[in-house]
Amino acid sequence: MKNFNGTVLFLNRADINTDEIIPARYLTEISKEALKPYLFEEIHLDGFDPRRDLAGKKIIITRSNFGCGSSREHAPWALEVNGIKLVIAASFARIFRQNMFNCGMLAVELPPARIDHLFEEFASHKTTITTDLARNRFTVAGAGKQEEVPFSLPAFDRALIQVGGWVEYADARY
Amino acid sequence: MGKSVAEKIFDSHFIDNPADDVCVIRLDAVFCHEITTPVAINDLVRRGKDRVFDPRKIKAVIDHVTPAKDSKTAAQGKILRDWARRHQIRDFFDIGRNGICHAIFPEKGFVRPGFTIIMGDSHTCTYGAFGAFAAGVGTTDLEVGILKGVCAFHYPQTIKINIQGTLPAGVFAKDVILSIIARLGVNGATNKIIEFDGPVVEAMSMEARMTLCNMAIEAGATCGICYPDEVTVDYLWDFIQDEFASRPAALAAYQQFKPDPDAQYEAVVDHDVAQLEPLVTFGYRPDLVRPVKAMEGTQIDQVYIGSCTNGRIEDLRVAAQVIKGRQVHAAVRGIVAPATPQVFRQALQEGIIKTFMEAGFCVTNPTCGACLGMSTGVLAEGEVCASTTNRNFKGRMGKGGMVHLMSPATAAASAIAGCITNSKIYRS
Repeated sequence: MKNFNGTVLFLNRADINTDEIIPARYLTEISKEALKPYLFEEIHLDGFDPRRDLAGKKIIITRSNFGCGSSREHAPWALEVNGIKLVIAASFARIFRQNMFNCGMLAVELPPARIDHLFEEFASHKTTITTDLARNRFTVAGAGKQEEVPFSLPAFDRALIQVGGWVEYADARY
Repeated sequence: MGKSVAEKIFDSHFIDNPADDVCVIRLDAVFCHEITTPVAINDLVRRGKDRVFDPRKIKAVIDHVTPAKDSKTAAQGKILRDWARRHQIRDFFDIGRNGICHAIFPEKGFVRPGFTIIMGDSHTCTYGAFGAFAAGVGTTDLEVGILKGVCAFHYPQTIKINIQGTLPAGVFAKDVILSIIARLGVNGATNKIIEFDGPVVEAMSMEARMTLCNMAIEAGATCGICYPDEVTVDYLWDFIQDEFASRPAALAAYQQFKPDPDAQYEAVVDHDVAQLEPLVTFGYRPDLVRPVKAMEGTQIDQVYIGSCTNGRIEDLRVAAQVIKGRQVHAAVRGIVAPATPQVFRQALQEGIIKTFMEAGFCVTNPTCGACLGMSTGVLAEGEVCASTTNRNFKGRMGKGGMVHLMSPATAAASAIAGCITNSKIYRS
C-alpha cells in the first residue's frame, strides 16, 4: 500500500478540472514520469505558482468537484510522480475519483463545513497530515495545533488501495 | 419497483457485487483511441498479460492527432496499430478511414440499445443517445476492460429531464444542452445518469441526440440516455436487418430499454425550451452560459466547426446554410473538421465542402485536433475561438487561449461577422 502522510498543499477553488491538472498537450507522453514538470501548469488560481508551491507536498486539500472534465488518468499519474498520493476534497468528479483508487491512491471526501474549517485553521501555515487507515482518522498538524479528522472509506475503495489498484483486484477475481 | 434504463441494463449485465452499492458489469464493447490506450497496452505487456477478452468486441481508432504531428504522436499511433494487428482487432480505423471516435463508432453500427460500453474518453457518454449505458473511464478501467470485459460502477441513480416545448428557429440541440448544463451546474449530475425525455428529444435526429448526450459529462453525469424509438431503428437498420424480421420487430425488441412507468428517479426536471435563445459560454466552465445577444460583438480570432459534439453532417449542413455565398471575416481564421470520412464524403456530395472553401474556410481531415489543443488549429496566447466543441476550460485549445462554446449556426454566423453574433441575421 502507498504512503498517505506528508505536507499539505491547499488549493482554494472548486471545479479544478483535469485540463488544469495536466493539459492535453502533454498527453502525447507515454511514460508517467515525463508528466512531472507539467502538473498544474494551466491552473486558474491567483497567486499559485506550481514550481514554488508544489515542492515537498504530498497531500492536496481542495474544494468541490475536483478533477472534473476529461477522463485522463494522466491527472492522478501527474500527482503521483510529484509525490502526491492523497487528495482530500468536498467532492470529486466520478472518473477522477475512480482513477485515484484504480491506481491505489486515496481520494477522501469530507463535509464542506469540515473543508472550510481546515482552510480557515491551516491553509496559511505549514501543515502535515498523518493518515490512520485502520481508525479512519487523519491527524492534521500545523500552526502549533493538532486535530483529529474522521473520514469514511467505502469497503470497495479500501480493498483497491490495499491490493494496489483495480488491475490487481480484477485480475484476482474475474 | 420500476426500473430506469440504466438499472435495466445493469441488471442484465450483472457479474458481481464486490461491496456496498458497487456493481461489476459485463461489457458489450470496449472502444479505444491512441491517447489513453497505449499506456494500458504497455502495462498489459509489462504484466505478461498482453491479451484481449474478445477481439470482436474491441474497436479502435486513431483520432486525436492524425496524421501524426511528431515522433511522440507517431509512437502512440504505432502502439495502437501494432496491438490491433497482433490481436486481430478487425474494427481498427487508421489513416484514410479514421474519424472522431464518438462519431465513427455509432456510424458503423457498433452502438446498440441496451449495450454497455466503456472507453478511455470522457465523451463516451455520447452513445447513450442509442439507449445504451456508456461511460468514460480512465486507463486502468480501460485496461481491465480490454483484459476481462468487465468494469465496476456504482449502481445507477438517474435524473430524468423532460425537455418540453418546440425548439424555435435557429436554436439547436447544442443550445438545449448548454441550457441544461447551466441549470444543473458542472457538478449537478455527478455520479448520476441523465435520461433525456420529452417531445423535443422525440423530434430529434440521432445526430442531435448525440450532441445532447455528448455534453452530459459537462454536468458531471456518468452517461446521458435517450430512449430507443423509430429514429434509432432507422439509423441502425442497415446494421440490424439480419437480426430482425422488420423495423417494427426491432422497435418492439428495443422497447425493453425504455424505463418502466413507475421507475424511481433521484429527480425529475421539466425543462421548457419554447423560449430558448441561441446560447454561448463565457469564462472557463461550460455552465457559464449567456444568450448570444448578451455576448454580441465579442471579437474572435478563430472559428472552429467540428468535434464529437458538432462535427456531424447535420451540423455541417446548418453551418453551410448560414455561410453560403458569404465570406469569412478578414480578421478570422475559419476551420471546419468533418467528424468522419463518411461525413466528409456526404458533405462533398452535397456541395457543403465547396461552400466552406468558397467562403474561405480551411477544411481539415477528420480529427479531434484543435478541440483539446493538440493539433490543426491550436490558439496562440490571448486569442479567442468561437467553437462548436464541448469544453471552454482555461488553455483547452492552446495555452492562454479563450474558447466560447456555441452551436454550428452561431459559429458560422460569427465567422462571417468577425465577432460573436446570432445566426438570425444571416437567415432568410
